[in-house]
Amino acid sequence: MANDRILLDPTAESKPTERQLQARLQSLDDATVGLLDISKPRGKEFLDEIERQLAPLGVTVRRYTKPTFTRTAPRELIQRIASECDAVVEGLAD
Amino acid sequence: MSTRANRFSLIVKQDCPTCQLVLPAVHQLAAELGESLVVYCQDDPTFPPGVEAVKDDRKLEYSFLNRIETVPTLIAFDARDRELARTEGWDRSAWQALTGQPSLGEKLPPFKPGCGSKSVAPGIEEQLALRFAEVRFQARQVEPAESEDIMEACFERGWSDGLPVVPPTPLRVLRMLRGSDRDPGSLIGDIPPNNVPCSVEKAAINAVLAGCKPDYFPTVLASIEAALQDAFCMHGLLCTTYFSAPVVIVNGPVSRQIGMNSGVNALGQGNRANATIGRALQLLIRNVGGGLPGGIDRATLGNPGKYTYCFAEDESEVDWQSLAQDRGFERSDSVVSLFAGEGLQPIMDQLSRSPESLARSMAASLRSVAHVKRYSMADAILIVCPEHRRLFKDHGWSKEDLRRALFDELMISGAQLLPGVGGMAEGMPEKFKDKLLNKFRDDGLHIVTAGGTAGMFSAIISGWVAAGERGSQLVSQLIKSNHY
Repeated sequence: MANDRILLDPTAESKPTERQLQARLQSLDDATVGLLDISKPRGKEFLDEIERQLAPLGVTVRRYTKPTFTRTAPRELIQRIASECDAVVEGLAD
Repeated sequence: MSTRANRFSLIVKQDCPTCQLVLPAVHQLAAELGESLVVYCQDDPTFPPGVEAVKDDRKLEYSFLNRIETVPTLIAFDARDRELARTEGWDRSAWQALTGQPSLGEKLPPFKPGCGSKSVAPGIEEQLALRFAEVRFQARQVEPAESEDIMEACFERGWSDGLPVVPPTPLRVLRMLRGSDRDPGSLIGDIPPNNVPCSVEKAAINAVLAGCKPDYFPTVLASIEAALQDAFCMHGLLCTTYFSAPVVIVNGPVSRQIGMNSGVNALGQGNRANATIGRALQLLIRNVGGGLPGGIDRATLGNPGKYTYCFAEDESEVDWQSLAQDRGFERSDSVVSLFAGEGLQPIMDQLSRSPESLARSMAASLRSVAHVKRYSMADAILIVCPEHRRLFKDHGWSKEDLRRALFDELMISGAQLLPGVGGMAEGMPEKFKDKLLNKFRDDGLHIVTAGGTAGMFSAIISGWVAAGERGSQLVSQLIKSNHY
């Protein structure tokens, strides 16, 4: 044990979970799309424009807002979006 | 005692005058007790001369496992090998009582203290613990190939911030852990950005990497706990494109006991505690949290303080409130505070001779934090140098007087900050046009004293533009230690 060539691993010793991408939507017909505003400046304008372009496609749009961009989204918000939408667009960065 | 004693152990060392002195008593005991006495010698298996049952304890296993602190130590055991009693050094009546030999060492002086056991020599104890006490670490053990340079191996595995690290051997980590009384397996919290549970042992490994001494470890642990306070928002701070990173400020007795620098060049290089405590926090976030620059850490430019940004406050003037006192702690508390900040903006004022003039100077410089036309956005730390503090104090000003003067100086009408004013598009939104604004939100400006006693150079550490509840606030954490 007093061997100078043995080192103790300073890392988390874990590999991040490989997450599978959700299956892509084949069409937007009857789809519900969530638009998530992370509370960064101009996020609203960006998502307004997305909503305007989605409207003629017959898409149901739901709007969501994160309390602050500096923290990860609350678990309830993530679950709500997952349960209410088929897809989500996030207005990331400014 | 002697009626129940079944056998005796005597631990000695040749290089001990008391052990030499008691030789006649040892010979007497050996003759009386025969095989019931075993002598363990720490440095010379031929000592004591003339005694047959000497066991070689140069590896100190027996001494360590029996927690020997002094030689000679005489221990009595019962028939079930349970220790009944022990006596340390030479104490004639105690040896006589323990062995039931009323004439033992009659010609010797009644008392002579012993010497330190080799098993408790400085730096030995942890080595013996690793060898004989089956210390178990939770962390995976990595054994680089013989052909690998051990320093390079640490770089290769991605454990470094770009500077060399101290290889975290089990011995070094065990010594680090001994700097605190916390259980190595206990959890400190989840380290962002990957929110990985972090044990005290993992923190110790990273403190070794950073170059910390075990004495610094309680301060490192407190800095990690501070970073994990929700109000500090470490996750967002790490991810931001902005410059900011944790600035670590230490108050209280511990800062002086571990030799931190609060004076000349306090924010510069050259002090091991300042340099390595701040670095330990950064390395932990990198290695355990997974916060890699260019990965989750998206800083546009970053700042050199992301290697380490740590200093102590100069608390030499007892009637000038410290940062920890501002945060509700006592002067006798040891406290670490974390601020999301970057860089250093000098305030050079060598001509002010009144507190009003100096406060105006400081306020004018503080207006540039983040942007001269952005108000109540970023927090700041004002570092008052000792010469400037002296000027305030000589005129009867307290820190609170300075804070009030700065507040008044930093008020402005929103109309002067609107986009376009001054030929600058940046500025405050139109809705503030008719409002009075202060440069800093409530509790957004912190005042700390540090620096050498020569030079009328104060400074600003400007903060992250996401301040307050929507981002980061200055947080403080009590440093818990039995040693201070």
